[in-house]
Amino acid sequence: MKPIGVLALQGDYREHIATFDAIAVEAIKVRSIDEIDACAGLVIPGGESSVIHRLASTYGLFEPIRQRIAGGLPTFGTCAGLIMLASEILDKTDDQEPFGGLEVSVRRNAFGNQLDSFETDLAFKGIDSLVHAAFIRAPIVEKVSEAVEITAQLDDGRIVGVRQGNVMAISFHPEVTAETRIHALFAEIVAAAR
Amino acid sequence: MTETKPNQPVVASTLVKRGLAEMLKGGVIMDVVTAEQARIAEDAGAVAVMALERVPADIRAQGGVSRMSDPDMIDGIIAEVKIPVMAKARIGHFVEAQILEALKVDFIDESEVLSPADYINHIDKWNFDVPFVCGATNLGEALRRITEGAAMIRSKGEAGTGDVSEATKHIRTILGEIRALAAKTDDELYVAAKELQAPFELVREVAKAGRLPVPLFVAGGVATPADAAMMMQLGADGVFVGSGIFKSGNPVDRAKAIVKAATFYDKPEILAEVSRGLGEAMVGINVADLPAPHRLAERGW
Repeated sequence: MKPIGVLALQGDYREHIATFDAIAVEAIKVRSIDEIDACAGLVIPGGESSVIHRLASTYGLFEPIRQRIAGGLPTFGTCAGLIMLASEILDKTDDQEPFGGLEVSVRRNAFGNQLDSFETDLAFKGIDSLVHAAFIRAPIVEKVSEAVEITAQLDDGRIVGVRQGNVMAISFHPEVTAETRIHALFAEIVAAAR
Repeated sequence: MTETKPNQPVVASTLVKRGLAEMLKGGVIMDVVTAEQARIAEDAGAVAVMALERVPADIRAQGGVSRMSDPDMIDGIIAEVKIPVMAKARIGHFVEAQILEALKVDFIDESEVLSPADYINHIDKWNFDVPFVCGATNLGEALRRITEGAAMIRSKGEAGTGDVSEATKHIRTILGEIRALAAKTDDELYVAAKELQAPFELVREVAKAGRLPVPLFVAGGVATPADAAMMMQLGADGVFVGSGIFKSGNPVDRAKAIVKAATFYDKPEILAEVSRGLGEAMVGINVADLPAPHRLAERGW
């Protein structure tokens, strides 16, 4: 069975791999298109989205990854990963472009600077108890198309989790809070797509 | 760890502070002294910028007391970039830190590169909502800084020299001491804690996990892509580059090259490619030629 690849250009990719390890799902770090093609699913981790974009572009990974996601490769993004999977980035750096995959508009650093980072509990579609979520200089989904399913919202209604087909993304970081259930949901998507 | 009730958002918790440090891993944090340099750094792929008045090489050359930067300069850099902005406070200068927090920087570096304000105490970093990074030359120093509330550790190296040897020594020392700790039995950890001058609970946590509870970056003397890649191969979570970029012949290309080297640190063919055509590296000073009073790594305890 093919593993899940975690894009290891920059960010907390080791924490994603450890989270999959904790639920006995094989995950490996990937930095080339050959490595990605040996995987059944892809994770875009937390980090700085502009850095992930720049490194992907410089190494010719940007277009191939975009094509794999458009072609149905199951993909999961957290925080910077959500930004990279949006169809539109509001408040982006000049040349930043997303891989796409989700018909959503995402605002970078939507809460402000680090002093506005926070943790809270929230409901998540498909998980029967509250999920503890860390929002770190986090993005927010400001607009979704009808094809997009909303999986998590803050109390005030702001959207922090979305899914469209085999692509899912969230504003927060289950990989740093020992929360494995969202990774398990993604592993189910990957298994169903095999 | 801060307690959390359902739907009561909690800010400035240990998780949130250390979380930002986690997101910077695999990245390069660059020293900048102007908004224009901050722009170059962000465009090159820096994961954060460190706003300061003079890079360490100039602090060395010009001498005198070195302090927190002008708030106008820090505001200008915050306005210029989307990536996190860090700024330096003097060791023990808790009011400089209060000012930096009021300016809403994303991270404060309590730094030996500036002139210490207190030769006995460091800043009580638990009193702040903004996360701190602190330097360390060995495991005991790292654990004492974490005890005081640091959310990230950077090995000190010798800033402003372009000589990577001290950075190598410090990261090897810290990681070597962690490995030695991990091999100890529980009863031996009590003595280890006494020798490290750090709390037993933290020492035991590090021994069990085989790593620090916060990310460990390297700083002080990194000047080339090869230097950055070596630090990553030795086990660093990321690198700080100070004078190495804007004191070199071609800052734009060198900055990009060091960013790539931090990602592809274990791919010599890519490192060879990014090392080409960078022009002159910063001239540099051999640490051995520095008289002891001018060694910054000896500041902090």
